[in-house]
Amino acid sequence: MRRSYLIPEFVVDIEHTNCRRCKRCVMNCSYEALSFENKVVPDNFKCVACHRCVVYCPEQVITVRKNPTDFKGSANWTDRHRLDIWKQAETGSILLTGMGNDLPYEIIFDHLVLDACQVTNPSIDPLREPMELRTYLGKKPDSLEFVETPDGKLKLKEKPPKNLKLEIPIVFAPMSYGAISLNSHKAMAMAAKEMGTVMHTGEGGLHEELYDYGQYTITQCASGRFGVHADYLKRGIAVDIKIGQGAKPGIGGHLPGEKVGLDISKTRMIPMGTDALSPAPHHDIYSIEDLRQLIFAIKEATGYKPVSVKIATVHNIAAIASGVVRAGADIVYLDGFRGGTGAAPRIVRDHVGIPLELALASVDDRLRQEGIRNHASLIAAGSIRSAADAIKAIALGADAVAIGTGALIAIGCRVCQTCHMGRCAWGIATQRPELTRRLDPEIAAERLINLLRAWSLEIKEVLGSLGLNAIESLRGSRERLRGIGLDSQTLDILAVKAAGK
Amino acid sequence: MDEKKLVIDAHDIYYKELNEMVRDAILNKDYNIVELDNVNGQRYIGDAIEKEATIIINGVPGNDLGAFMSGPTIIVNDNVQDAVGNTMSLGKIVVHGQASDVIGYGMRGGKIFIKGDVGYRVGIHMKAYKERMSYIVAGGNAGDFFGEYMAGGILVLLGLEEEDERPIVGDYLGTGMHGGIIYVRGEVNKKKLGKEVGIVDMTDADMKELEKLLKEYAADLDLDYENIMSKPFLKIIPVSHRPYGRLYAY
Repeated sequence: MRRSYLIPEFVVDIEHTNCRRCKRCVMNCSYEALSFENKVVPDNFKCVACHRCVVYCPEQVITVRKNPTDFKGSANWTDRHRLDIWKQAETGSILLTGMGNDLPYEIIFDHLVLDACQVTNPSIDPLREPMELRTYLGKKPDSLEFVETPDGKLKLKEKPPKNLKLEIPIVFAPMSYGAISLNSHKAMAMAAKEMGTVMHTGEGGLHEELYDYGQYTITQCASGRFGVHADYLKRGIAVDIKIGQGAKPGIGGHLPGEKVGLDISKTRMIPMGTDALSPAPHHDIYSIEDLRQLIFAIKEATGYKPVSVKIATVHNIAAIASGVVRAGADIVYLDGFRGGTGAAPRIVRDHVGIPLELALASVDDRLRQEGIRNHASLIAAGSIRSAADAIKAIALGADAVAIGTGALIAIGCRVCQTCHMGRCAWGIATQRPELTRRLDPEIAAERLINLLRAWSLEIKEVLGSLGLNAIESLRGSRERLRGIGLDSQTLDILAVKAAGK
Repeated sequence: MDEKKLVIDAHDIYYKELNEMVRDAILNKDYNIVELDNVNGQRYIGDAIEKEATIIINGVPGNDLGAFMSGPTIIVNDNVQDAVGNTMSLGKIVVHGQASDVIGYGMRGGKIFIKGDVGYRVGIHMKAYKERMSYIVAGGNAGDFFGEYMAGGILVLLGLEEEDERPIVGDYLGTGMHGGIIYVRGEVNKKKLGKEVGIVDMTDADMKELEKLLKEYAADLDLDYENIMSKPFLKIIPVSHRPYGRLYAY
């Protein structure tokens, strides 16, 4: 075999003197980076830093480090550039990766700070006073007309459009059954039910075992139409049409054949071991009018349930979102360029699209200017890392936020970015039965419930300090935000004042 | 089952209202035949109906005819427009005329029989799983991207209009195809094939399957079965289940 010029990304250190040779690390390493020959022997080339061995070593004798080997320094030819070139010179292939954009672009959320009440207006103590996080997603009527009933009471003249009622402004992002395991889906479904929110199914359909959770799911119709049938569309509380994904705007889905086992093959109706390819566009949608056609095909199919349209944040996003709302979408799901993925070419993940914060602000502004902001709700997604990000997104104009990677981290994900390999040691982004059973859906659901509870408490805490008692009072309230270290044009797009003003 | 038929004059009825009438008749009032006269571009007829029934359409229905449908048989005594049988699961659509683009997109089961020509991207991403098979038969010529991304099922192109001098099929036949079979009656210029597919020999099993399917097709559309079978067929299948397997470095 020709020698590879690459060097391992990580180095596994085992403190052999204290190792009890139980081989638990070897059994746990799904990447086959550890073997046993009288003692544990690492193959550093195969280590992805998933930390499964580190966490499960009973003696805590395993350390995984970045390979300390120094490259001759260059701020231009970074280590990453050099390693990538070697890899491509050896394979001639597109670099595939998982999860969200990991390049050090400026994170605008981290340059925004929140207001609080001092002297001239009172803050509220959320521990003792009611605090409302309830959020309704969907079209709101332009005006209300009433008619008088014979017994002299007033009632609405027309039935208002159906809305989703969420107890918290946080939903689970679409991550398809295929990209992640059934147990991960189960955990999200259970947590959504407990917390009064919803999970998106993603484009791989819904496993029959989760049909009872229908009213806590938003089903998805994507370009591959995997798992999409009348019953599935009717099961959910709403349907999402996936046009784009923040991690890979403009390109289709690609579930590698390694992850297409028996169950996935059945749900998606494709032969086992084949790549599940979703075309880049929906081939029945080449225009806003065509999008309207599919939105109403789905509304006809579901008895006029809300339809959401998921788009990636790209240039001219405000005009695109306006078109989507005019096409009849009840919810616009904005997926920022840091959004995660189960598999995407790295060049697209890292270099295509615009930051969520800018897109959100400009979409909210445009819809208000056009007088159609009430026609659709906005879900902001694409790397919501904390309750702080969620609050800032809502202040910038979102009705709710979606968490994908954040939810996976809660149930064990270490962000090793190898979801596309289908070997996830934590049983999340894999379909191998010996790995998926590592994830106990009930324990995972509990962790998700804890996370959502913690974030909800934090949101209430901040609302109280802002003197607000309902999350909807904060929506689009940019006056409660200030920017630090942002240039004037960025502040202008965000419609946020500089700190100190 | 006894025949219980309802005739609706669709003239000047908005699609939303018309579809409500059709659904109500089939799902609530147990009509098993609904005949629609004077149909003129109304969309979504039969959309997501999950029950066996026959819908007869006189006139040209609008786009997304039989979308997400799971059970009914739709007979159209005229031409149809785009996206017929969009993501349909079960049932049958018989068209006594021509069809436009994107027919049977993401189809998961059932049959679509078109008497005349079909447009672009017909049978795109058709699927099949074990006993759940999907079939599309087109009697005339087809446009580009016939059977694109096909993942399963059977797609048949007959080219019965012998005097038609255009090529039987457009470019990029079966491009991105990774499952299923395309049968074409007559000859296909190899330049028309997408790079993921190849022509292979017909087997006895293929002929058996085709005979059964085309007998049904000929009967439904009052065509001469012997004439359909008078020319040899080509079989086109993907050369790899993972056409893009080597495209990526992990």
